Amino acid sequence: MRARGLVLLALAVAALPLALPNKYAYDVAILVGLNAIVCVGLNLLIGYAGQISLGHAGFFGLGAYGSAILAARYGWPTPLSLAAAVAGVALLAWLVGRPILRLRGHHLAMATLGLGIIVAIVIATEDGLTGGPDGMSVPPLAAFGVALAGETAWYWAVGALLVGVVWLARNLIDSPRGRALRALHGSEVAAEMVGIDSARHKLNAFVLSAALAALAGGLTAHYAGFITPAKATFLHSIELVTMVVFGGMASTFGAVAGAAVLTLLPQFLTALKDYEMVVFGAVLMFTMIFMPRGLVPTLEKALAAANRRAV
Amino acid sequence: MLLRTEELSKAFGGVAAVDAVSIAIEEGTVHALIGPNGAGKTTLLNLLCGIYRPTRGRIVFAGRDLAGRATHEYAAAGIGRTFQNLQVFFNMTALENVMTGRHLLEPCGFAAAALRLPARVREERACRLEAEALLEFVGLAQWRDTPADAMPYGALKRLEIARALAARPRLLLLDEPAAGLNPVETAEIDRLIHSLVTRRVTVVLVEHNMKLVMGVSQHVLVLDYGRVLAEGEPAAVRANPRVVEAYLGAEAR
Repeated sequence: MRARGLVLLALAVAALPLALPNKYAYDVAILVGLNAIVCVGLNLLIGYAGQISLGHAGFFGLGAYGSAILAARYGWPTPLSLAAAVAGVALLAWLVGRPILRLRGHHLAMATLGLGIIVAIVIATEDGLTGGPDGMSVPPLAAFGVALAGETAWYWAVGALLVGVVWLARNLIDSPRGRALRALHGSEVAAEMVGIDSARHKLNAFVLSAALAALAGGLTAHYAGFITPAKATFLHSIELVTMVVFGGMASTFGAVAGAAVLTLLPQFLTALKDYEMVVFGAVLMFTMIFMPRGLVPTLEKALAAANRRAV
Repeated sequence: MLLRTEELSKAFGGVAAVDAVSIAIEEGTVHALIGPNGAGKTTLLNLLCGIYRPTRGRIVFAGRDLAGRATHEYAAAGIGRTFQNLQVFFNMTALENVMTGRHLLEPCGFAAAALRLPARVREERACRLEAEALLEFVGLAQWRDTPADAMPYGALKRLEIARALAARPRLLLLDEPAAGLNPVETAEIDRLIHSLVTRRVTVVLVEHNMKLVMGVSQHVLVLDYGRVLAEGEPAAVRANPRVVEAYLGAEAR
């Protein structure tokens, strides 16, 4: 029962290549997987801990540029540059989150908003290091002389990583740590009263979600071989939050579904390219008005109701 | 002495809600805290569990001064509480609420939790069994897997008690556990409080239902305008003319 969702996800990842006609389709699928990894982490923060981050694109960008710069400019081996970028972002999130998450309320949203914008500006202006708005090329991910290259190889790597991340997230949620997050979201004072250090647990969720965003960012950079500051902007932070809210808060599979739908949507709406943010705004509004619980929880509820009628 | 306060005070913008209150609570007893509305009962309770920081004074629990510490540290020291206005985790089932109550008894590393190590799986099962036993104890076994937001009010009152007990507190603060309950449900709370004593839990009870208070408590403390008006055995407090005048009113005379 517990494993059913995870098995379904693994089967979907395994079966999807049958329906992928060309390299471009693989490319989109990889993008979906990487966004889903960010969203699973972000959902731990937003959906479970009830804290909003408006700066996750900043962490994504720092992971991408951090690993790219260490590898391209300083010649670090790519697995090491990726690990260092993720660790660096986790440390940054810890430093920013520690004072802010002691306060109750939505101060984190404001702080991450500011942080995200600063990161985007630094990336765009430090052109000696980052290449500025033109972007920079990134060496491929390689270990022991073998490079991870080609859409198919990347598809399986990202697919396996996504299944692994979903497994980890669901394990966490079903542990005392996950219950602590849900508890402080439900009632912070009651959570404290059963001994939950709410500031510490919020901080853990924030750092973990930032690290996952940095990991996905670094992988995106190495996969694409080239990065621009676009993925580090405030608008991308909003896209990520929209994916989580649309898919369903406090639902790990909702986060995956949200990432999938909202990554695919712009691909089908290429004619509306200039209006992409309008579409995202409309999706967010539509979700809030018609299914505030999000896509997957709403479908689950409808399915359960249909089952009851059938019995 | 399990809990002792010395000159404990809390002021809100110059208004003393609790004013130099010194109390002593002996282990294994039920202490009732009564007084007219606005007498400072809930404020005192919030001080005793660390939700408020005292303006002045000390709170010595099991030999340690807790004044100024964070709420979760009071919980870790062994103080639990329920809330007058329900603070149930409405985003969880009844069972999960009680399992969450065991937070302090479930130290759990990040790796053990994320990787679902075998030891973790065993602990989770044990935690579930303990929580089920507590639901049974407060008479909520049939609500086990019901989301808390679908449970009736009376059941939620008892769910809060079960969640607080899950942390195995030495001192349990009950804030109006019978408020809004019908006589049958109130009798159930009465039975529960009596059985807490057999679990070696010391109880501080804030309650307006005098029948309940007089029936379960060994010691009654009357607050009025944030100060201690009278204290002692229930019968003595009940006969104290100052108390009758300030609180119980003409009816009780």
